[in-house]
Amino acid sequence: MNYVLDILPPLLEGTGVTLQVFAITLVLSIPLGLALALLRISRFGFVSGLVNGYIWLMRGTPLMLQMLFIYFALPFVPVIGIRLPDFPAAIMAFVLNYAAYFAEIFRAGILSIDRGQYEGARVLGFTYPQTMRRIVLPQVIKRILPPMSNETITLVKDTSLIYVLAMNDLLRAARGIVQRDFSTTPFVVAAAFYLIMTLVLTYGFQRLEKKYAVYD
Amino acid sequence: MTEQAMIRAVDLHKHFGPVEVLKGVSLDVNKGEVIAVIGPSGSGKSTFLRCLIHLETIHRGTIEIEGETLVSTDAGGHCHYAPDADIRRICGKMGMVFQHFNLFPHLTVLQNIIEAPMTVKGMSRDEIVPTAEALLKKVGLFDKRDVFPSRLSGGQKQRVAIARALAMAPDILLFDEPTSALDPELTGEVLRTMRELAEEHMTMVVVTHEMAFAREVASRVIFMDGGNIVEERPAQEFFAAPEHPRTRAFLENML
Repeated sequence: MNYVLDILPPLLEGTGVTLQVFAITLVLSIPLGLALALLRISRFGFVSGLVNGYIWLMRGTPLMLQMLFIYFALPFVPVIGIRLPDFPAAIMAFVLNYAAYFAEIFRAGILSIDRGQYEGARVLGFTYPQTMRRIVLPQVIKRILPPMSNETITLVKDTSLIYVLAMNDLLRAARGIVQRDFSTTPFVVAAAFYLIMTLVLTYGFQRLEKKYAVYD
Repeated sequence: MTEQAMIRAVDLHKHFGPVEVLKGVSLDVNKGEVIAVIGPSGSGKSTFLRCLIHLETIHRGTIEIEGETLVSTDAGGHCHYAPDADIRRICGKMGMVFQHFNLFPHLTVLQNIIEAPMTVKGMSRDEIVPTAEALLKKVGLFDKRDVFPSRLSGGQKQRVAIARALAMAPDILLFDEPTSALDPELTGEVLRTMRELAEEHMTMVVVTHEMAFAREVASRVIFMDGGNIVEERPAQEFFAAPEHPRTRAFLENML
């Protein structure tokens, strides 16, 4: 027990890094994903195709590869090439990657709304942006909560990929102690930490689902 | 005609792919008239109604609402719609009630009614709530003001939909088979509300299968078949002595 208390400070520090990557990614990738979804369903074929290609690229290659590319290869790309420090590079990869997944969730949600809702709004004089903001998107939120919950929980665990940029997240902190002390206990403690984080998320999403169930 | 028509539709043509659904439909609707549009399914009656409020576009013809041109066709046969802002303003003179209600499920009854006046007309909540409550009393659903649509029966939903349309103060109301999705015992309450509107001289175009309603409430009956208006006469005459053989056959099946 004393040993567990001893290793808590470095593991908590790692959890801090994990939570930062998690929170910043979520806050940035959800609006970006929504924007991508709206562009993807737009009637301008060129825009829609471009977004489609972007989503294919982001979902079709490993997140780890994208992170390595942004950190190591992006500086050498002509014109747009910039050298990012490790943390911003990791965030950028996560946001670009997760926005693609969120875009598809939003798109599925928007397409699941009955055409009658658009017509009902249209004959009342709503413009398309008003229809989206006031009528469609509020209903979309409720429908996409289950897949969003899934994706968010995946994100918690995906944050451990940042170890490739030598950042001290929860898992890397645990592995460091394992190698130093020849004990596997830090892995168990780290697992408990991940479980607690996903438990909080699961609970939060259940609360949201209950809240939105009032109009069923 | 001395009085300006509320709706003037001239020679409307529309096709879905190769299928012609409107083959030159013309109709004038005067102020305070209640027009019942009847006919077999696939006759183009719903499409005709949807074209009037721009839920569908036509391929040829002219539509004027209270003297303003929604769409016209030039000598070369090309259709010209008004600019978007004008379309929205012109169609704003009309309200529409759908077969499947199309209430907003995430909003309460009252919110359903005040949403459009607030968002579209920019009215304040305080301005519109008294009107909305009066409308709810009118359709007999004031006690349901804070309930979500999922808790209502079909007939109640449709009455909320009518109140929602009225909240935008339209000059004309279009009804697209308003009772077709209802259990028979629930159609009465909706028809009663519509009858009250007719008595207040609301201009209405009603696509319906309710022959009793058409006979008792409509001022004129339009019988459509195969994308054409086959017969168009005052309601009493229409039901007493239908002229066209196609009309007679249809009525014999319905009554």
